[in-house]
Amino acid sequence: MSEAQQPYLKIEDLTKHFGEFVAVRELSLEINGGEFVCFLGPSGCGKTTLLRAIAGLDPQTTGRITQNGQDISSLPPSERDFGIVFQSYALFPNLTVFQNIAYGLENQRVPKPEIRKRVVELLELVGLPEQTSKYPAQLSGGQQQRVALARALATSPGLLLLDEPLSALDARVRASLRQEIRALHQRLGITTILVTHDQEEALSMADRIVVMDHGSIEQVGTPEEIYSTPASPFVADFIGVMNFMEAEVVASGTIRVGETSLSCDTTNVSSGEKVRMTVRPEDLRCHTKTVDLPNGLPVHVDTLEFLGSFCRLKLKGPEGFSTLRADLSLQQVHQLKAAPDVPLTVEFPPDSLRLFPDIQ
Amino acid sequence: MSSASISASAAPVRIRLSRDDMVLRTALVVIIALLAVAVVFPLYSLLSMSLQDMDGEYVGLENFRIYFDTPALFASITNSLSVAISATLIVLGIAFVYAYALTRTRMPLRWFFRGVALIPILAPSLLAAISLIYWFGNQGVLKSWLGGGSIYGPVGIIIGSCFWVFPHALMILLTALSTADARLYEAAEALRTPKWRVFWTVTLPGAKYGILSAGFVVFTLVITDFGVPKVIGGRYNVLATDVYKQVVGQQNFEMGAVVSLVLLLPALVAFIADRWVQRKQVALLSARAVPYQPKSEPLRDGLRFIFCTIVAVTLLAMIAMAAYASFVTFWPYNLTLSLKNYNFDVMDGGGWEAYFNSIRMAIYCAIFGTGLIFVGGYLVEKARGVSWLRTLLHLAAMLPLAVPGLVLGIAYIFFFNHPDNPLGFLYGTMGILVICTIVHFYTVSHLTCLTALKQLDPEFEAVSLSLKTPVWRTVGKVTLPVCLPALLDVGSYLFLNAMTTVSAVVFLYSPETMLASVAVLNMDDAGDIAPAAAMAMMIVYTSAVFRILHALLARILQRRTQVWRKR
Ligand SMILES: Nc1ncnc2c1ncn2[C@@H]1O[C@H](COP(=O)(O)OP(=O)(O)O)[C@@H](O)[C@H]1O
Ligand SMILES: [Mg+2]
Repeated sequence: MSEAQQPYLKIEDLTKHFGEFVAVRELSLEINGGEFVCFLGPSGCGKTTLLRAIAGLDPQTTGRITQNGQDISSLPPSERDFGIVFQSYALFPNLTVFQNIAYGLENQRVPKPEIRKRVVELLELVGLPEQTSKYPAQLSGGQQQRVALARALATSPGLLLLDEPLSALDARVRASLRQEIRALHQRLGITTILVTHDQEEALSMADRIVVMDHGSIEQVGTPEEIYSTPASPFVADFIGVMNFMEAEVVASGTIRVGETSLSCDTTNVSSGEKVRMTVRPEDLRCHTKTVDLPNGLPVHVDTLEFLGSFCRLKLKGPEGFSTLRADLSLQQVHQLKAAPDVPLTVEFPPDSLRLFPDIQ
Repeated sequence: MSSASISASAAPVRIRLSRDDMVLRTALVVIIALLAVAVVFPLYSLLSMSLQDMDGEYVGLENFRIYFDTPALFASITNSLSVAISATLIVLGIAFVYAYALTRTRMPLRWFFRGVALIPILAPSLLAAISLIYWFGNQGVLKSWLGGGSIYGPVGIIIGSCFWVFPHALMILLTALSTADARLYEAAEALRTPKWRVFWTVTLPGAKYGILSAGFVVFTLVITDFGVPKVIGGRYNVLATDVYKQVVGQQNFEMGAVVSLVLLLPALVAFIADRWVQRKQVALLSARAVPYQPKSEPLRDGLRFIFCTIVAVTLLAMIAMAAYASFVTFWPYNLTLSLKNYNFDVMDGGGWEAYFNSIRMAIYCAIFGTGLIFVGGYLVEKARGVSWLRTLLHLAAMLPLAVPGLVLGIAYIFFFNHPDNPLGFLYGTMGILVICTIVHFYTVSHLTCLTALKQLDPEFEAVSLSLKTPVWRTVGKVTLPVCLPALLDVGSYLFLNAMTTVSAVVFLYSPETMLASVAVLNMDDAGDIAPAAAMAMMIVYTSAVFRILHALLARILQRRTQVWRKR
């Protein structure tokens, strides 16, 4: 079956100009059928622009989009196959929940009883049975977003586009809707693209994340890949919390940070090169001051921030080190008697250190 | 060029137009063409007419030279300016205090005063002048109040103008003053600022743009109005009456064109200044404000009450006198009441047919005007792509506000009456009256539609596209129902203005399409002042009934839609 190997959606060399401004630059991407993909990036990086180009709402300046084997680049949105949900929900205010969801079906001349059946089915799917005759203004934000989702799914599109669907909701509703959208996707298997600037959202929902910055793709990968092996300092910084240090490669397998030598994997950089070393706060290990370790560094605690299930310590090292952040469990904090000005030794596990060529 | 970075082989993507896109674009082009024919071309005709002599030869600025060399004509400029400026200052002062009392105090009977103040909108501007004649004219009840002075002249024009423009100024000032931010007042109070200083440092600056805007609107209305000076101006010439005299009296079209261009100038300046002010105001209002809750101040509220009562009584006296005089059998000798003056069919001036023509025209304007203007507004606000065409349509829709009715009317004569114009068949028909009136009041209606459309989620169209629903279905099921209150407002605005307008249509009616407002003018001209008052009152009655119907309809609509409007 060669069909199965073809990606469902293929974007080739897509560029979008707004006058002189380039919002998306020569972007290429493949999305497989049934995949849940998140476009993740800071606000203004071109995620919405890319999504709207896929929908045909704001066509790209150049480039090609192929959906299900068909070149859709020049098709108007009404001839493309997608459902879309916006941050603002865009529910029709003067139509009931039922009428909103049935809106697309009525136009397809679906018989009345079938429409009714389908709407009820969809409402159950999004967890809102028995709300059929209410108007959008009478629903909470989360409920409205569910209706918008049901409306987008009603015509059984091949591609579901979600533009920051959860950003207008409060934290609790957002968390539960995340799980529900994810579960919905598992059940329906519909190819889904979700745009978000919230890394947690992307990490918890996506099969694959497309990290974008300044209109280009920085990295594509599973949430784990993106988190544990960021392809660039931008991704490393944008996803999760990261410590950055200026360093220099002194020999194969050894770098120097300030006056301290550390061993780590140097395969992707060459000797004598200036690099940026990164390490996640949760990968740093803290010990009492007396311990002497190969990849250790004497530091003292600057501040201590309580974050619920763990503590984030700010550590001051010797000259040449910027302030380090390290995450410790509460138990460890007690064991080490960590408090401001307490001296500690921090260990850099060689596997957790990643080096990036220093471009600046 | 930034596009140099794109590989040369990549051809720009062109989306195939869907049927909806084509329909929308065609509609855009059609409406732009309509506005070009109905506004731009006539104005061009006017301009070229002013540069011709009687035989149609191009003479450059010769007509303008003659105009400025004729002291009788030239004097009208200063007359017009002084009358307009005086009326503007007086109305602004009175309307500001009145609006302040209505919005920022707990004075009793505020709803009543608000209602009374809007009454002049129901009447043509002529009515104010007619009423003044009954109060202060040669046989006026209160003639002695003037001491030996005469109401015929600048005094009459100023008082009459103040009456009919009062509601226009008041509405703008009410809006400006009702958007007070309580936090500023609380801060001022916390700093123990005296009341008069709060007024000068918080209230006035906050309403500054509203006051300026009201000033420009009133100035333009007065300087371009023709009804009041025609009836009560006596031998005091102003630009508006000069235009009429040149064109209708002396058939000197070239000079008429020159005078109307001179009249266009101050209107244009006021228009541009007002646009500039409005732009400033947007920034001011966008801040999140806490509504201001006025406190009761017995003494001051009492003084305000007296002031508002005097204003309201004056306004009512104007209407009441016209109403009374219209029923008086033979002023001032036989004061028994009768319907003699309403027997229009036995008088010159068009008879009852003029009245029914007016109603017909007002209904056509309300229906076709609202439809056209809404579609235009929809295209400007919601059509996809072709942003330059949408901008063009918007500009064309804004233009009529800068063109006084008289100027528009004359421009229509020159354009539609031109022997080579294939649209010449419209001349003298009901059609041209309707077109001219819709165009005359296009801009305000257009802005009302835009405001309503802007409140709809901009993604409705995108959602419909994704659901493969044609655009007309979404317009019919969502856009129109949601915008219905605004559409009613626009229809009512067009109806009322069509009933009362004189300035543009006075050049365009024919014996078959005589209108009530023009009949008022003609009867007054012929000395039949009582029947003129009666016809003017017919307009008032009709407008009042229409207003009440509109209010009822709006109420019903609101009740029916409040389920989904409620937040
Ligand atoms: N219609 C437009 N005209 C001009 N610039 C635009 C337009 N839409 C978006 N942009 C610009 O393109 C960039 C990307 O926008 P967008 O795709 O909306 O970002 P986001 O990643 O936050 O969704 C932004 O810098 C934005 O200012
Ligand atoms: Mg966005």
